[in-house]
Amino acid sequence: MSAYLTDVAALARKDLRLELRARDTLPAMLLFVLSTLVVFHFALPADTGDDAAYGLLWVALVFTALLGLARAWVAEREAGALDGLVLAPSDRSAIWLGKSIATLAFLVAAELVALPAFVIFFAPLGLAALAGVVLASIGICTVGSLVSAMAAAARGREVLLPLLFLPLAIPLVVGGVGASISEEPGTYLAFLGLYDAVFAILSWAAFEYVVTE
Amino acid sequence: MSIAKPPLTALGWVAAALVALAAVSIFAVAPEDADQGFSQKIFYVHVPIALTAYACFGLGAWKAYRLLATRGERYDLESYTGVHLGTIFGILTLVTGAIWAKASWGVWWTWSSNQLVLFLVLFLFYCAYFMLRFSVEPGPRRERISAVYALFGVALIPVSFFAIRLANDFIHPTVFTREGPQMTGEMFFAFCVSWASITLLAYVMYRVELAGKRTDANLRELREALGS
Repeated sequence: MSAYLTDVAALARKDLRLELRARDTLPAMLLFVLSTLVVFHFALPADTGDDAAYGLLWVALVFTALLGLARAWVAEREAGALDGLVLAPSDRSAIWLGKSIATLAFLVAAELVALPAFVIFFAPLGLAALAGVVLASIGICTVGSLVSAMAAAARGREVLLPLLFLPLAIPLVVGGVGASISEEPGTYLAFLGLYDAVFAILSWAAFEYVVTE
Repeated sequence: MSIAKPPLTALGWVAAALVALAAVSIFAVAPEDADQGFSQKIFYVHVPIALTAYACFGLGAWKAYRLLATRGERYDLESYTGVHLGTIFGILTLVTGAIWAKASWGVWWTWSSNQLVLFLVLFLFYCAYFMLRFSVEPGPRRERISAVYALFGVALIPVSFFAIRLANDFIHPTVFTREGPQMTGEMFFAFCVSWASITLLAYVMYRVELAGKRTDANLRELREALGS
């Protein structure tokens, strides 16, 4: 078990270190989420209520995550490193878990900019909304890193990834928006937790089949 | 194989006869609905088609699971055919649902109809399945990636259903409740005949489509063998 966790930590650390050196994903995500929020200001009519803004926040978060996920397997693919990782003497699901943790780190970093910007630009965020963001981000990254590994095996992967990912993200958006605007956010948070558990287990079990030749 | 499958042509005729019987029982046997009138007749088509679509998606996922569990190559086409038919019946569900919505609520589309929204989500999901399938090189990897995605589909059905229910009020007419179907005997008979006919029709289509896809794959292999 501890060997497994060591593998996962090493893989996640590799992604974070690559990002620190090359800086080709995170700055793009930060800039994208800020520009999206500015675009939303002009997309919302002046007297629209806060509820519409909460909805758009979730659109911004999902698309920012997509931007990060699209680049998630680029390094592995370009250098042919995925074959090496698959051949390495560790459980293959560790590759998925490491990638999920790394993409989650990028997404959380983008949210650390996006959420304060949202509060300044649009509307306050409650504790339940923040909990919703955390739970939904976990779901986005677990499912997203699996789906983007699928897309990485295909032609036209940049086009394919949103098509594969968005239908799976709809329940997350429902849960996230519900947690942000509902009077009783408990149900929505529980639903997000359920989604995370179901799809994390599925992705964890299925990843091996996606990467092996 | 020890048990021979019934011949396809005979099954096709049985399915056609059942569809005709279903049409007769829908229009002649089942009484007109007191509340919705003639437009309620589409219920006997819409609901069986929706249930068949679920069954096809389930079949596709089951075959996908078998593929991953046993690495049996033949399950790939079976799973693909299941998903293919499920998508066709899913589109039919959307169309019949839209017609019913227009007849009884006066609008072609309503977001408060959970079943319709669920089928829209599933439609998008399974269209992406085809995109994925056609953009990966044929081979064991494509088989496995498609299988994993098809399996995700069956997990998405209950999760999405719950999500859509959370997002909405529940106004779709609930016919089956805990007290049993709120239908007269004749109505229930017509519904069952219609359901049986559409399920059998789907099975026949599945066999035909599978045979076609297998022939196609064999032909391609032969052509490659001859060409090289």
